[in-house]
Amino acid sequence: MTVTIYIPRDSGALALGAEKVAKAVAREIEARGLEASIVRNGSRGLYWLEPMVEVATEAGRAAYGPVAAKDVASLFDAGFMEGREHPLSLGDPEKIPFLAKQTRLTFARCGITDPLSLEDYEAHGGLAGLRRAVAMAPLDIVTTVTESGLRGRGGAGFPTGIKWKTVLDTAAERKYIVCNADEGDSATFADRMIMEGDPFVLVEGMAIAGIATGATKGFVYIRSEYPHAIATMRKAVEVAREAGVLGVNVLGSPNAFDMEIRVGAGAYVCGEETSLLNSLEGKRGVVRAKPPLPAIQGLFGKPTVINNVISLASVPIILDRGAEFYKDFGMGRSRGTIPIQIAGNAKHGGLFEAAFGLTLGEIVEEIGGGTVTGRPVKAVQVGGPLGAYFPPSLFDTPFDYEAFTAKDGLIGHAGITIFDDTADMLKQARFAMEFCAIESCGKCTPCRIGSTRGVETLDKVAAGVEPEKNLALVSDLCNTMKFGSLCALGGFTPYPVMSAIRHFPQDFTPKAMAEAAE
Amino acid sequence: MTMQHASTDIAFRTAQVVDGLKDLEGPLLPILHELQEEFGCVPPEALPVIAEALNISNAEVHGVVTFYHDYRNQPAGRHVLKVCRAEACQSMGGDAIATQISRALGIGFHETAKDGSVTLEPVYCLGLCACAPAAMLDGEVIGRLDAGKIDEIVQEVRS
Repeated sequence: MTVTIYIPRDSGALALGAEKVAKAVAREIEARGLEASIVRNGSRGLYWLEPMVEVATEAGRAAYGPVAAKDVASLFDAGFMEGREHPLSLGDPEKIPFLAKQTRLTFARCGITDPLSLEDYEAHGGLAGLRRAVAMAPLDIVTTVTESGLRGRGGAGFPTGIKWKTVLDTAAERKYIVCNADEGDSATFADRMIMEGDPFVLVEGMAIAGIATGATKGFVYIRSEYPHAIATMRKAVEVAREAGVLGVNVLGSPNAFDMEIRVGAGAYVCGEETSLLNSLEGKRGVVRAKPPLPAIQGLFGKPTVINNVISLASVPIILDRGAEFYKDFGMGRSRGTIPIQIAGNAKHGGLFEAAFGLTLGEIVEEIGGGTVTGRPVKAVQVGGPLGAYFPPSLFDTPFDYEAFTAKDGLIGHAGITIFDDTADMLKQARFAMEFCAIESCGKCTPCRIGSTRGVETLDKVAAGVEPEKNLALVSDLCNTMKFGSLCALGGFTPYPVMSAIRHFPQDFTPKAMAEAAE
Repeated sequence: MTMQHASTDIAFRTAQVVDGLKDLEGPLLPILHELQEEFGCVPPEALPVIAEALNISNAEVHGVVTFYHDYRNQPAGRHVLKVCRAEACQSMGGDAIATQISRALGIGFHETAKDGSVTLEPVYCLGLCACAPAAMLDGEVIGRLDAGKIDEIVQEVRS
């Protein structure tokens, strides 16, 4: 019997040597004359264990990790093809607490299947949602998504079903589905993981969105920093087209839907939906004023659904299992699950999909295991470069859109960066302003000019020049940026800046700076 | 990639690229990507050819090319090293790592080595935030950068 060995092709695993491991495994199979095949799967998201190699045995999967190329011969010697013990043995991967504690709905297949095998995808529940959708009236699909309580996972948290309804209700000869895969926020990698590890779920979600709203063309706008995700998505679209999942008759139905993969060009601001639309049209990625809403006048002026990767990838399971099933997870107005990304100085960094409602402390301390350096946690930034810094005293905040808003923060794309006590929060605040200055599209003054003045003023604080007066100025400037900017780049940069000042005042006092200077 | 192209070649090849892609909806970025793939940059001589074929102004094409960080007006070094400078990498000592790399290569960020071996660039997130600090060398991703990995990178770009 041919044994299947799984070695991830996920960028994170590749960054830690998975390619060398795969080559070494192939060499050993050849040299030992074994009957085995290698599947390059996605990642399960346990990055401290990557590259994590799995073997499909009669008793189920057996995992080993983190595997280096030099470990491969000894794995074969120990009999890992039969799932035997080795110092790198992790046992049944699904019993590893980090995985066992998750609720994997959107990421149900990621790390388990061959990402580009449509057969594998279907064998693990894929296409069931789309099959239901082609038999439903568009309005019923939209209603199902609305009732599931799904909100935009890109950061804004806008109800997905309401967006779809607007597009459905707007008559036009052409409509578009645009997937925002410009995942530029530091600490986030959920979009990348799903595109590399289970691309068909995104294809399926987009096809469902097309049928629901009457759109026949979809674009996935992927950032150029993700070459592996781009290659996998391109291939997945080809496979789906050949299999009739995309095309003039989606799954044999009268519905037409096709899609194209487009590549960004290194502009962070193109993650903002209106600048993304401009970029797709071949223009400078400058933000558009709203209204008109993209749902009414979006890409090329046509009604457009623009959703984040995870929002669209969560749709197939909602259609398959029903709105009630999905809605049963979560708390308050935050329904379903959210893929939390634990990043930075984390002992157990990776992707943790769970229902809303865990506290920040549970995520950081229990699931993430605190810092990898072993030093105390000083701050965590939630929601990427535009998200607030939280001190441990706020670790009782539940992971929920409204709860974070109430604490002057945001969930964003659910990335969490952990910092230990060596972090200098003045430096982090300055970086937030600097990043905004580098990435500002330049259309509105508060963002374009405010960010540069913010850097200069924080430099004065750091130099001990009238710190109180200059901090008051930063606060005033943040207020202008927050309320005067056109989009979230300028509008949310005040979150990291003001939260750093508010929660870590000691880093902004002359005394701290005097000590730092010594 | 660093070969010199005569401007007539550039104009001719640009016209071919534009012709192959102009039926796409919103073809400008795909065209610029393909030109950069071919020439290692978006050559200034290509702009009027694109403008003419797409029936837009030179200024519009120029505006787009200069808006995006990815497009170059001259080819990079033989290797391109992008080092992540964003928060998750900062939390793992990324700033110190960036300084070490810069010192080891003898160039600053946004600079190309005098021998044309390598261009060093900052990047704001590679999505490798759970294996920080991270970098990308010619499209190959590298996680958990340390002194040993920096040595390997330096050797590779110098070989």
